[in-house]
Amino acid sequence: MSLLSPALRRSPAAASTSVTAAGGADALPLRFAAVGRSFGTGPRARAVLRDIDLALAPGEVVALLGPSGCGKSTLLRGAAGLDTPTTGRVLIDDTPVRAYDERCAVAFQEPRLLPWRTLRANVALGLPAGTERRTGASRVQELLELVGLADQADLRPREVSGGMAQRTSLARALARRPGVLLLDEPFGALDALTRLKMQDLLLAVHRGSPTTVLLVTHDVDEALQLADRIVVLGRSGEDPAASVSQLVPVPGARPRDRGSVELAALRSRLLESLGVDAHRH
Amino acid sequence: MSQASSTGVAVAADDEPRLVPPPAGAWHERPVVRVLGGALLPATLLALWQLVTSAGVFSAVQLPAPGAVLEAARGLIERDLLWQHVHISTQRVLIGFAVGAAIGTALGALVGLSRVADLLLAPTVGALRAVPSLAWVPLLILWLKIGEDSKITLIAIGATFPVFTTVSLALRHVDRHLVEAGRAFGLRRLRLFATVQLPAVVPALFSGLRLALAQSWLFLVAAELIASSQGLGYLLTESQNNGRTDRLLLAIVLLAMLGKLSDAVLGVVERWAVRRWT
Repeated sequence: MSLLSPALRRSPAAASTSVTAAGGADALPLRFAAVGRSFGTGPRARAVLRDIDLALAPGEVVALLGPSGCGKSTLLRGAAGLDTPTTGRVLIDDTPVRAYDERCAVAFQEPRLLPWRTLRANVALGLPAGTERRTGASRVQELLELVGLADQADLRPREVSGGMAQRTSLARALARRPGVLLLDEPFGALDALTRLKMQDLLLAVHRGSPTTVLLVTHDVDEALQLADRIVVLGRSGEDPAASVSQLVPVPGARPRDRGSVELAALRSRLLESLGVDAHRH
Repeated sequence: MSQASSTGVAVAADDEPRLVPPPAGAWHERPVVRVLGGALLPATLLALWQLVTSAGVFSAVQLPAPGAVLEAARGLIERDLLWQHVHISTQRVLIGFAVGAAIGTALGALVGLSRVADLLLAPTVGALRAVPSLAWVPLLILWLKIGEDSKITLIAIGATFPVFTTVSLALRHVDRHLVEAGRAFGLRRLRLFATVQLPAVVPALFSGLRLALAQSWLFLVAAELIASSQGLGYLLTESQNNGRTDRLLLAIVLLAMLGKLSDAVLGVVERWAVRRWT
């Protein structure tokens, strides 16, 4: 909690109301049923994912770990309707995901903000269609305060740091009141300290409005800090396609002590499953 | 007392700029230098023109003196004709340019964003673009009669293609990540175009618009040379038929000035728009 964003620390009361305001929509269950994905056709087809079965309960936070290029982002894009699996189905609330499904919101690896719009207008882009103007404006203001950008709201993306841009991107995703929040390595490009702050911010948001979160990351500590369960994607044997190799529940309530012994043991196990010898690091 | 101190402050403030070094930035970027530098060549040409004509190298029909051209302008102004010619020509260019730019943007958006439209339309549009401006004139007169419609249509044709080309090409290279983010946040079709794609191509759009404006003046003269009773193109043909080289030169100078002026105005808008949308 000590690493919470300045805005949250400055006025805890206001912050807790805006954290609540960040929610609204009900958290929805997300299910991958025998999902497979290959790219290309015919003899040159390349399988990336095979037989992914995974169910997220409403409000659950699941981290997706795996080596680079194993299809983590592809799986996440499938949940957002940005990509269609070759086989199997992705269901939100037991109905299939449509293209650009409005029940989810994505925070991409890059902030992907419109350079010609202010941070405020970029966040407003996330508001669901048909939001009443006044309601929308006050909601955007609350979200900007929540991510600690109220003072920078009228700057353009190129005038702020990478961390601020990434926070704007998160606020834009929250503006959508998503039933499922999809985060594709959203903190990957940030410096270590900013990343810790962003993780705490995400936890605060999730406490206020427990939406379902699927988080792609290759940072084991980030997964341990944020997730209820960690899914490790990996290849087995000669198969070029990845599938779920481990499904690990993370013990302890959040926020977790980053130095806990139990987590350290789990950390070594996860690193080993990713092909890294934990003792040499 | 307060009077004295305020004067003192004023003097100090007055003195200050002299202590500050001249503003950074190359000498050739300063507005005064740019205006004077740009005027240097026209002024030299004018002096040369005056020199050659007073030396009697050419006859007055071949090359009248600058004074004679001014005199021609005064004659036309006195008969209220000059303003009429300038007015009608400018009006035709502005309307034709606006119509052509709008059609060019819409067509460019269609071909740039839709593979089907690209497949079906691009070859035809490319062929139409290759038709020389003068080739349209007889057909337009036949279909639209000798009135404003045929002239404005010709100018619009001229203005459409540069905008079409730049916009359709630029739209293919809009950052895919931004477009995907726009779609992921529920933007579709026209709203996606207005929110993400069009702002992203503003710099290209404006280079297209500036080419289109130059083309509009070109096509104006083509339209007015052949069938009109007013306008600068008409002034050109009429002067040629009556052997009035002074008026002919006047029309050319006016076309140059109007073309440059309209381009400069569009340039100011362009600078503002590029600052706003990038």
